[in-house]
Amino acid sequence: MTTVSAQRLARVFVEIADTLVDEFDLIEFLQLLAGRTADLLDASPVGLLLADQHGRLEFMAASDENVKLLELFQVQNQEGPCLDAFRTGTPVVNADLQQAAGRWPLFAPRAVQAGFRSVHAFPLRLRAERIGAMNVFSSHVGGRLDDTDVEIVQALADVASIGLLQERAISRGERLSEQLQGALNSRIVIEQAKGAVAQSRGVSVDEAFALIRAYCRSNNLRLGEVAHTITTDLASIPDLTRP
Amino acid sequence: MVGETVADRYAQVEALIGRELASDDDEHGVAAGMRRLCGAAGRALSASGAGLTVMADGGLRGVTAASDAATERLEELQLTLGEGPCIDAYGSMRPVLIPDLGDGAMARWPVYAPAVHAEGVRAVFAFPLQIGAARLGVMDVFRTEAGMLSPDELTLALTFAEVAVSTLLDGHDNTRVGVADDWLDDPLGSRAELFQAQGMVMVQLRVSLAEAMVRMRAHAYVHDLRLYDVAADVVARRLSFDTPQP
Repeated sequence: MTTVSAQRLARVFVEIADTLVDEFDLIEFLQLLAGRTADLLDASPVGLLLADQHGRLEFMAASDENVKLLELFQVQNQEGPCLDAFRTGTPVVNADLQQAAGRWPLFAPRAVQAGFRSVHAFPLRLRAERIGAMNVFSSHVGGRLDDTDVEIVQALADVASIGLLQERAISRGERLSEQLQGALNSRIVIEQAKGAVAQSRGVSVDEAFALIRAYCRSNNLRLGEVAHTITTDLASIPDLTRP
Repeated sequence: MVGETVADRYAQVEALIGRELASDDDEHGVAAGMRRLCGAAGRALSASGAGLTVMADGGLRGVTAASDAATERLEELQLTLGEGPCIDAYGSMRPVLIPDLGDGAMARWPVYAPAVHAEGVRAVFAFPLQIGAARLGVMDVFRTEAGMLSPDELTLALTFAEVAVSTLLDGHDNTRVGVADDWLDDPLGSRAELFQAQGMVMVQLRVSLAEAMVRMRAHAYVHDLRLYDVAADVVARRLSFDTPQP
C-alpha cells in the first residue's frame, strides 16, 4: 500500500494532542484513535483491545463497531494476531488470512468469512508493561503495510497507551491498574446500554449503538455519560428509549 | 502464586473461602458467606483484615461484613465520616489503591486518613463490587505496613471482588463456582453479549441492572444452561424474560 500521507498524519496527531489536554472520555478517545488510524489506512477496520486482570483481551473501541467484528476480537482470547502481539510485544504485520488457517485455525476462517484478506496487530505498551493490542483488518489483497506504515501505526498504538494513563493520572495521581479497571468497566456499561436501547426500541444491538452515538453527537454529550444514564435512569432520556 | 486460568483462580479463591470456618453455628446466608470471604481475603493478601460494604440505590447503606471486629469498625468509619477510599472507589467505579497512608492521603481524606492511621493502618486498597453500571458495594483490604500489593496479589484481590459479586447476586453463602460461572474460560462465549442481554432483561422486567443479572443467572442455574447461552438467546430474541417461562 502507499505510505501514509505526512499531512494527514500530522493533522491526526494534532487532533489527538488537542483531545489529550482536556478532560476526556477514554472510550471516545480510543474510538477517535481507531477511526483516524482506519482513515489513514484507507478505511480498514481498526480495533483496540485491553487486557483485564486475568490477561483476557477485552474489546474497548473500534473504527466500525458491529457484532461481526466484536466476535473476531473475542475469538482472539484463544488465538489470533492480537494475542500474538500482546504476548510477544512485537507487531504482527501483513498476515495473509487465506494462508493462516494453520497458524490460527479458529480465527483465520472466521476473518475470511467476514470478508477480510489480511490482518495486522500492534502491541499496546506502557514502558515495560504490555496492556493490550491494536488490530487492523484489510479486505483487499493489496493491504500490505510497508516498514514506514508499521512504524506509524505502532506510534498511533503507543498514543492509545498514553491516553489511558493520561485520562486521570495527572490530576489524581492514579495508577495504571486503577485506570485499566475503570476503562474495562466503562466498556461494559456501553454494552449494557446497547442492550437497554435495543430492547426499548425493538432494534438490533448494532442499530441501538448507532442511535446512542447519534444522540451523543446531536446533544454534544459524552458516550460514557449517556451510557451510564441509559443503564441507571432510562426514563430520563425518552428520545433514546421510547419505542 | 495465583492460578493460570480464570477458572483456576476462582477455584483457588473458593478453596480459601471454604477453609474459613463459620464462627457461629447459627451463622448462615449471604452475611456469613461475606464474612468468610473477608477472612480469606485478609489472610491471602497478608492484610490485617478485609471488609466489605454493600450499598444500595446510590446511598451508603452501611451493610458491612468484615474479617474481624476491628476491621468492621474501620469499615463503618468510612460510612460515618462520609469519606475514604471505599467511598471514592464506589463513586469513581474503579479501584483506589493507597499503598501508603502518608501525606497525599491525609490531604485527600483529612478526617478519615488520620483516624485509620491512629488505628495502625498504613495501606488501604478498595475494590468496587460492580458489573458495568450495576454497583453493589466495595471490598476494602487493610494493611499495617506500607507497600503496594504485588501483581499476583492484585489479581487475587480482584478475583475475590468478582467472587463477592457472584455471591451477592446469587444471594446464598454457597460460594463455589456454580453453573453460572462456567463461562469464565470460554473463548467463544461473548462477554459483550452477556452485558447486552443484561441491559435487555433490565428493560423487559423493569428492574435494576443488578436484578437483571440475578434473573439471568437464576435462569441458567434452574435450566442447567450456560450463562453465555442464555445471553445469546436473549440477544437473538429467542428468550424473553417478560413472557412466561416454559
